[in-house]
Amino acid sequence: MPVSDFEVVIGLEVHAQLLTRSKIFCGCSTAFGGAPNTHVCPVCLGLPGVLPVLNRRVVELAVRTGLALGCAVRPKSVFARKNYFYPDLPKGYQISQYELPICEGGAVELALDGVEKRVRLTRIHMEEDAGKNVHDVSADGSSGVDLNRAGVPLLEIVSEPDLRSAEEAVEYLKTLRAILIALGVNDGNMQEGSLRCDANVSVRRRGATAYGTRCEIKNMNSFRFLKQAIEFEVRRQVERVEEGGAVVQETRLFDPDRGETRSMRSKEEAHDYRYFPEPDLPPVIVDPALVERIREELPELPRARAARYQRELGLSAYDAGLLVADPAHADWFDAALAAAGAGAEHAKRLANWLNGDLARLANETGLAPSAWKLAPAQLAAILRLVEAGTIGGPGAKQVLEEVFRTGADPEAVVRAKGLAQVSDEGAIEAAVDKVLAASPGEVEKYRGGKKNLMGFFVGQVMKEMRGKGNPAVVNALLGKKLGD
Amino acid sequence: MSGPAPELVDLGLREAGEAIQARRASSAELTEAALARIAATDGRLGAFLAVAPERAREAARAADARAAAGGRRSPIDGVPVAVKDLFLTRGVPTTAGSRILEGYLPPYDATVVERLEAAGAVLVGKLNMDEFAMGSSTENSAYKPCRNPWDLDRTPGGSSGGSAAAVAARQVHGTLGTDTGGSIREPASFCGVVGVKPTYGRVSRYGVIAFASSLDQVGPLARDVGDAALLLRTIAGHDPRDLTSSTRPVDDYLAGLEGGAKGLRIGVPREWFQGGVDRGVEERVRAALALYERQGARLVEITLPHSKYGIGAYYLIAPAEASSNLARYDGVRFGLRAKGAAGLKEMYTETRARGFGPEPKRRIMLGTYALSSGYYDAYYLRAQKVRTLIRRDFDEAFSRCDVVAGPVAPSVAFRLGERTDDPLHMYLADIFTITCNLAALPGLSVPCGLEAGSGLPVGLQLVGRSFDEVTLFRAARALERELGPPPRPRGV
Amino acid sequence: MALTLEEVRRIAALARLSLSPEEERTFAGQLSAILDHVAQLRELDVSGVEPMTHALAGEAPPPREDVILPCLSPEEALAAAPAREGTAFKVPRIIE
Repeated sequence: MPVSDFEVVIGLEVHAQLLTRSKIFCGCSTAFGGAPNTHVCPVCLGLPGVLPVLNRRVVELAVRTGLALGCAVRPKSVFARKNYFYPDLPKGYQISQYELPICEGGAVELALDGVEKRVRLTRIHMEEDAGKNVHDVSADGSSGVDLNRAGVPLLEIVSEPDLRSAEEAVEYLKTLRAILIALGVNDGNMQEGSLRCDANVSVRRRGATAYGTRCEIKNMNSFRFLKQAIEFEVRRQVERVEEGGAVVQETRLFDPDRGETRSMRSKEEAHDYRYFPEPDLPPVIVDPALVERIREELPELPRARAARYQRELGLSAYDAGLLVADPAHADWFDAALAAAGAGAEHAKRLANWLNGDLARLANETGLAPSAWKLAPAQLAAILRLVEAGTIGGPGAKQVLEEVFRTGADPEAVVRAKGLAQVSDEGAIEAAVDKVLAASPGEVEKYRGGKKNLMGFFVGQVMKEMRGKGNPAVVNALLGKKLGD
Repeated sequence: MSGPAPELVDLGLREAGEAIQARRASSAELTEAALARIAATDGRLGAFLAVAPERAREAARAADARAAAGGRRSPIDGVPVAVKDLFLTRGVPTTAGSRILEGYLPPYDATVVERLEAAGAVLVGKLNMDEFAMGSSTENSAYKPCRNPWDLDRTPGGSSGGSAAAVAARQVHGTLGTDTGGSIREPASFCGVVGVKPTYGRVSRYGVIAFASSLDQVGPLARDVGDAALLLRTIAGHDPRDLTSSTRPVDDYLAGLEGGAKGLRIGVPREWFQGGVDRGVEERVRAALALYERQGARLVEITLPHSKYGIGAYYLIAPAEASSNLARYDGVRFGLRAKGAAGLKEMYTETRARGFGPEPKRRIMLGTYALSSGYYDAYYLRAQKVRTLIRRDFDEAFSRCDVVAGPVAPSVAFRLGERTDDPLHMYLADIFTITCNLAALPGLSVPCGLEAGSGLPVGLQLVGRSFDEVTLFRAARALERELGPPPRPRGV
Repeated sequence: MALTLEEVRRIAALARLSLSPEEERTFAGQLSAILDHVAQLRELDVSGVEPMTHALAGEAPPPREDVILPCLSPEEALAAAPAREGTAFKVPRIIE
């Protein structure tokens, strides 16, 4: 943890792969996986004589993202070459945007522990991804180069250095990710590398106005790594400064096994990228009519959706926030709610299941809602069973788990597991009478003021009923019999 | 000694096509004649880096079948042609005149090659050139020099030296080259053939190994203006694989060809006639201008005030773009890879050190410098601004004239080895051709006689408005009609 | 303007070219001569002049639709590879 007289300054550069069918400058598929070099053509291989041809969908998705984040969209932006040598960069340059990016300004609004914060963006630009270097492909230690990913379209989203803690950085990334998923621009799949981020981290003494020297930590693809990397880096920099030394500006990599950042050896010489406008591509002209059409077609964004859930369904800010953090979950929630009859009264319970048990199950299995065996209509059915008193909370939990794993019909599960609870007042009254008769001492104590004995009585009644008593009815009858 | 059936090799491009259609000659006969001519002459001439006889014979057979069935594809169906080794040809080695691509077999054809073959032309082989199109004499070819058919001790010019020599020596009936700073027009002038650099964007660059992306253009070389016009019409037009290719429709360059020069306003830039041109060359050029006047054209004195800055701007922009375009030659995915390298970095530096000749190295260094941090504004960016000024000069000139005329080069073909020690001296000779590339305008070289004394060919340069190749062809034809075709070169 | 040997080495490193000491000297001289000529451009007043970064006159062609087009087979992609391992290009060990 940083010494309290230091302030941390963080800016994030997020690289998001765009959900297009084909690559940015050629017609190869962007599909993930596949054996090396199975989605390549002369253009993305960087063979002699090839030329890039821009995919219009990339521009549309870039504009959509910029509008959603409140950026100014440049009517004319220019591609530029970023020149450097690396095996995964077939042309020896990356086609990116430099002086004239497609979007500028904008912001991401986030909330951390109830406190709202507005993180400004510097710019958003389009660029092509590089291929992948594979280490140790053969006994002699050689590396392999796979160019399937070379040419996949990326949006680079650059924030101003407005973040002040690792937690804020993580929350920023989570919020941005949810927005990109909701926009249909990115699939949010960090394990597969479709969303990655570089963090620029510096420290300065509290009260100082000048920025300290920053280091860039490259290529993090998990929230956990991002947090660990920043925390380590901050400690490292603070130590350096406190020793009287200086932080050297450099590029670093996070090593997840050690939980440390280390300097990238290959970057000893500062890169001179020799940017110049890409002569093979005309300037990108975005006409105002297109911008308006895209603006009109913007989907509801997580923040607005959460506000709507609170307003229309009475969900708490916390519950709503959890739901919209994953747009796929929120979509699923909407479907379940619709199947349940769309009343606000159902919303809270459904939200709790989604944010609680279902989130846990999804996490354990790594399954996205589209892959769940449990269908929204089935959750609505479970809800009906609970509201009808057929099953209680614990029973519902068991049904939910079973249906999630097998896709079986909820009512069939209730029957098979004998989960139906007893709500019949007569049966419950009989059990209550039995229990009270067997514990006269406790009854007296209760009537004398020891109200916490209710739990004991409820437990005993449940035991008598083998757990199948409808808790509400049990409580009501006990209360009546005990003279409340 | 010129091999069997000399009459066939003497036919022009259109004549050969017509002969096939009229069944006076077959594509097979023409192709065998070309192959024989090449076999008999190329040992001395050095115009070809690769000959593909079987591919050519197969194409000829198909062309003859079409002719027999009355279904010819185009006026050049069945006619033997060849292309600069800068164009990718699937399955035929493509080297760009460099060792770094020795034996490289591309997996695809350049668009212009596809269009030639779709028109039925018979591709006979790949032509010698300065390495990566960098040079003005074809002496920078990593394989062998090409010689001038008029005098084998002299260069044919460059970088499309093989393309010009092959036409002049009657090895094939037409060729394609590329022109970035004069690389079609200068060799055309030196070899006494017609060479055309179209407006930037008129012809697709897909499959053409890139030298300077904002300057390179593909163009035809042929024995006469009509043939060149026909070849251009065959290859020109938008290519969706090249976003720098224009969607403007292609004019029929043959339509107004015989329109004559009467009424044409010919701009004569004062800066192009202020010395620095050999007297014999200037004589021929002035004689051509006088001829135009007699034909009813009007000579208009114009000024291109930024003309002298063309070399400086070009030798920053072209090398800068080239330094980036040549980064892909790194030994990773294709081409030469230096053996025995200790690690990755050494693999790169050794591969490129051994694979590139001195001229590409020089230009890569120059270009890297011009783009590097701290120098970009003063060099590359400034040069691009000067480019705009040069373009404006022409725009202003074209408000008062229809074509600009002048020399192509300060001299006739020079001797092999004469300029290889002084790169700057070599560069400075580009002075007349270079501004046309910088301004992205069309230009051509048309023979305008032989230099008194040396008897070597001199070319007249004509530069036109953007996409106005029609006027260029018409003007060139007017000159050609009166002068008649140049005699056959005596060297081969 | 005279290019120092140090600058020549810096440029050669950026361009991944290994030069012999003789080449370094020769290039230093030749490049300096060329840059001297190029220095002429400084005479011009280019304030307010737009750079001609894109040479195509007139309307640029439109970008393409987002459709998947046939690609090369791995064999075709690797046909000219100097070294391969399976369907990957093989290179000396990359150290990060």
